[in-house]
Amino acid sequence: MDLHKKSAYELHNMLAKKEVTAVELAEAFLRRIDNLDGKLHAYITKTADLAMAAAKKADAQIAAGEKISFLTGLPGAIKDNICTEGTKTTCASKMLENFVPPYNATVMEKIGKENPVILGKTNMDEFAMGGSTENSAFFPTHNPRNLSCVPGGSSGGSAAAVAGGLAAWALGSDTGGSIRQPASFCGIVGMKPTYGRVSRYGLVAFASSLDQIGPLTRNVTDCANVLNAIAGYDERDSTSIKADVPDYTKSLVEDVKGLKIGLPAEYFVDGMDKEVADSVHKAIADFKAMGAEIVDISLPHTKYAIAAYYLIAPAEATTNLSRYDGVSYGARVDGEDIVEMMTNTRTAKFGNEVKRRIMIGNYALSAGYYDAYYLKALKMRTLVKEDYDKAFQKVDVILTPIAPTTAFKLGSIINDPLQMYLQDACTVPLNLAGLPGISLPCGVSSTGMPIGMQIIGKPLDETGIIKAAYTYEQSKDFHKNIAEVSE
Amino acid sequence: MKVSKKDVENVAVLSRLKIADDKMDKYLEEFNNFLEYVDVLQKVDTENVKPTAHVLPLQNVFREDVIKPSLDREKALANAPEKENGYFKVPRIIE
Repeated sequence: MDLHKKSAYELHNMLAKKEVTAVELAEAFLRRIDNLDGKLHAYITKTADLAMAAAKKADAQIAAGEKISFLTGLPGAIKDNICTEGTKTTCASKMLENFVPPYNATVMEKIGKENPVILGKTNMDEFAMGGSTENSAFFPTHNPRNLSCVPGGSSGGSAAAVAGGLAAWALGSDTGGSIRQPASFCGIVGMKPTYGRVSRYGLVAFASSLDQIGPLTRNVTDCANVLNAIAGYDERDSTSIKADVPDYTKSLVEDVKGLKIGLPAEYFVDGMDKEVADSVHKAIADFKAMGAEIVDISLPHTKYAIAAYYLIAPAEATTNLSRYDGVSYGARVDGEDIVEMMTNTRTAKFGNEVKRRIMIGNYALSAGYYDAYYLKALKMRTLVKEDYDKAFQKVDVILTPIAPTTAFKLGSIINDPLQMYLQDACTVPLNLAGLPGISLPCGVSSTGMPIGMQIIGKPLDETGIIKAAYTYEQSKDFHKNIAEVSE
Repeated sequence: MKVSKKDVENVAVLSRLKIADDKMDKYLEEFNNFLEYVDVLQKVDTENVKPTAHVLPLQNVFREDVIKPSLDREKALANAPEKENGYFKVPRIIE
């Protein structure tokens, strides 16, 4: 039985019906990891012992006749910037190579109540800075659809694990596209919830006003179920939203009749692959055929979003990363005095992209340049947000591409930082505006690589985008197109 | 706006980072390429636009000032590179 090919929802039903035990499931996924992670490098830390203990506990719950939650006994993976008590959380950085958090992130506490089987911590771009997972200080992750391609990033390990059948579901984080773009590159579903929908407590901070945790899953049903487990207000995150959490599975309904879908021309950026644009246009036609109304809209400040993002995110990052000073936790490299110790530590233990962004951020925030760069970027952020506000007066959701290309080859653009930043044109505007977005497959390129699209919702309208995405997904077979990575 | 080697060195000091001499030229080039790109923002008139530091309409978030459990000292120090007598230990700060 190819358990790894089944969705989380199918596996949950099998567990509930006692067609499989949680131990059998855990063993099947751990075996996949043993046999395949040498090729994919999706995991930084594997937690087989913890996984088996949780699986045994889940089986005991099921045997005792307890009503199980969605995640009970389900094998999943956690991005390595989410704090896991007692299990290393490295952020794929030499700085935190040996960091064992003394506490759990709120999302870990929340899912912990359901007793999931956590298989390990997944690879990422160092401190979530990057779009290919090549910035991991340890090793790059490979795309299970084509091992010579990147899985996207920064949640590339989580995306590769789910797409390759090395986890049934995963958590990632998204600051400028870091869930949606790797989901797209690997042919799975990824969601960045509304800013504040999911607590950031225990998520190692990159850019605090942009970061958000979300699910990476095989399909939209799994996405809704995982979101149910992690969403909600948390008093330990003062930016989390005090709003009721709906049952997102209630939105798994096939109905887009009369749905007004906005189509912004600005997202079909220069240099976009024709195949990508064509697939998204085909999806638009499919939505229309299913009864949706397509409305041309304009988001005129989209072309400035990358510039604004790459000033704001580094400015916040440079502040957040100032805590890595070799004193309270993380690495230390000795020096003659405290300043030299700090400088030696940071110079030796941060990777190139992290240093680049710290430098940019400090420059943009420094006296004399603050108004020209940082303040200007914050004003542009207002304009980007206002574009959406205006558009959402006319439409219910907005449909766009995710990235200009399909997954690119490892090593192909990593040495051109600006080129790498330009890949984020379709994803960063949502983070600037705090909006929810879901990425789901809508095509396959001539070389066999997945093509994704993005559905953007109003604040807290995860329900609306889940419904639209589910309707489209059910009319196609893309979610059944499982990556074939042979053992 | 072009930055000079001196500008980059100043930012490196602020960042507590050292840029190796043989990497400085590449750093300067990348830095200036980046600044040239973000100059696109200067084209837009933002005279009357308010800045958005944060998308949520939050001002101050208050809670009752009550003591709750916090990390015990041993746990808080568990990841310290160096510690002594229940404190973080750092190199000499004052001569």
